[in-house]
Amino acid sequence: MTAQLPGWKSLPPGAVITRPGSTVEYKTHDWRTLRPVIDQERCIRCRLCWLYCPEGTIIELDKPYTTKTGRKYTRTYEINYDYCKGCGICAQECPAKAIKMVEEVR
Amino acid sequence: MSTKPKIPTIWDIPREELFAPGHRMCQGCGAAILMRHITKALGKDAIIVEATGCVEVTTTVYPQTAWKHPWLHIAFENAAAGASGVEAAIKAMKRKGVIPKDKKVKVVAIGGDGGTFDIGLQALSGMLERRHNVLYIVYDNEAYMNTGIQRSGATPYKAWTTTTPVGKVWRGEWRPKKDIMGIVLAHRVPYAATVNPAYITDLYMKVRKAVEIEGPTFIHAFSPCTPGWRIDPALTVTVSRLAVQTGVWINYEVENGEFRVTTPVPKRKPVKEYLRLQGRFRHLTEEEIAEIQRMVDEEVERINKLVGKTVIGPVVE
Repeated sequence: MTAQLPGWKSLPPGAVITRPGSTVEYKTHDWRTLRPVIDQERCIRCRLCWLYCPEGTIIELDKPYTTKTGRKYTRTYEINYDYCKGCGICAQECPAKAIKMVEEVR
Repeated sequence: MSTKPKIPTIWDIPREELFAPGHRMCQGCGAAILMRHITKALGKDAIIVEATGCVEVTTTVYPQTAWKHPWLHIAFENAAAGASGVEAAIKAMKRKGVIPKDKKVKVVAIGGDGGTFDIGLQALSGMLERRHNVLYIVYDNEAYMNTGIQRSGATPYKAWTTTTPVGKVWRGEWRPKKDIMGIVLAHRVPYAATVNPAYITDLYMKVRKAVEIEGPTFIHAFSPCTPGWRIDPALTVTVSRLAVQTGVWINYEVENGEFRVTTPVPKRKPVKEYLRLQGRFRHLTEEEIAEIQRMVDEEVERINKLVGKTVIGPVVE
């Protein structure tokens, strides 16, 4: 770390943190050894992975999707790989077995 | 008389995140799931007062914070006292016309089991007794996890921790878990409930209900800890669900003295299924498991008696 740290004179009184939700600057993706991958064909859009994710890294998008068998969905679930810690709760809880944990290769 | 609002479904939970990612809670942390949904249920107009504990140290690593609410850090013992002060200040500001009189600001205190069961108990008792309009939430991971798994008043019977080790003389914790709900209910609070991260809609409904009710309210949340309980991070929700299905944890609410079980379990699973997933119970012998099963049976019987009918059924193999 070579970043210039602020001195005490430039900090707010009491060193309060003035930027809400600023942990987004800290990417937790390198904690991961297994990477969840959603199979959009098998996903039934039940929202359970989104519900149980401890990080909130599963993003719900209003992006329509049509499977090969012709089923239409109005929503799509995607994973924000910047923050996913790879705990595997989503794959464990998925009722359609649409999420696979694959080895992380960097 | 109890108010019966519409039971929310999974689709009623708002999409907007009020708890930022990038916090340093462990992989698969139960408390992280709880905090995400508690903040969603609270909405934007809330002030959170947090005792020292896992969630506090991992979400506010200087100079960052995962919270999007006004957030106040308080020492281990006085989250409830701090929240009482915040609530009193809001009252005074309303009286002096600094903020509009009809503005509804929810004050929420969050503490871990150490900060509630042991260290913060007198502040909590004071807050409940003075009738402050505060919701107190305890996320109970059943030991002092953040400092290295030391036992607390919430540690269950026969559980391994670093200060109740397993060896020739000791077989883990030899004292049963403290009945915090009993202590809180003895203050005659208008609302108290237990929640579990595997039953999110139930949690959502209870948090919404608790902040709407005038007066001190209390929520006791089950919060699996992957390193402390020695469980696979992927099994956090599975273990939480098993806790309810085996009767180790009972989801209930008490509104103005009226007792209601919100997650009835017609057929209970044997407690062994819950224990065998966790490394902290790995040393248990068949006799010890039978003893824990007997304790769970007694608790279930007590709850069934309070409700007046069999809401939690017998063990079915």
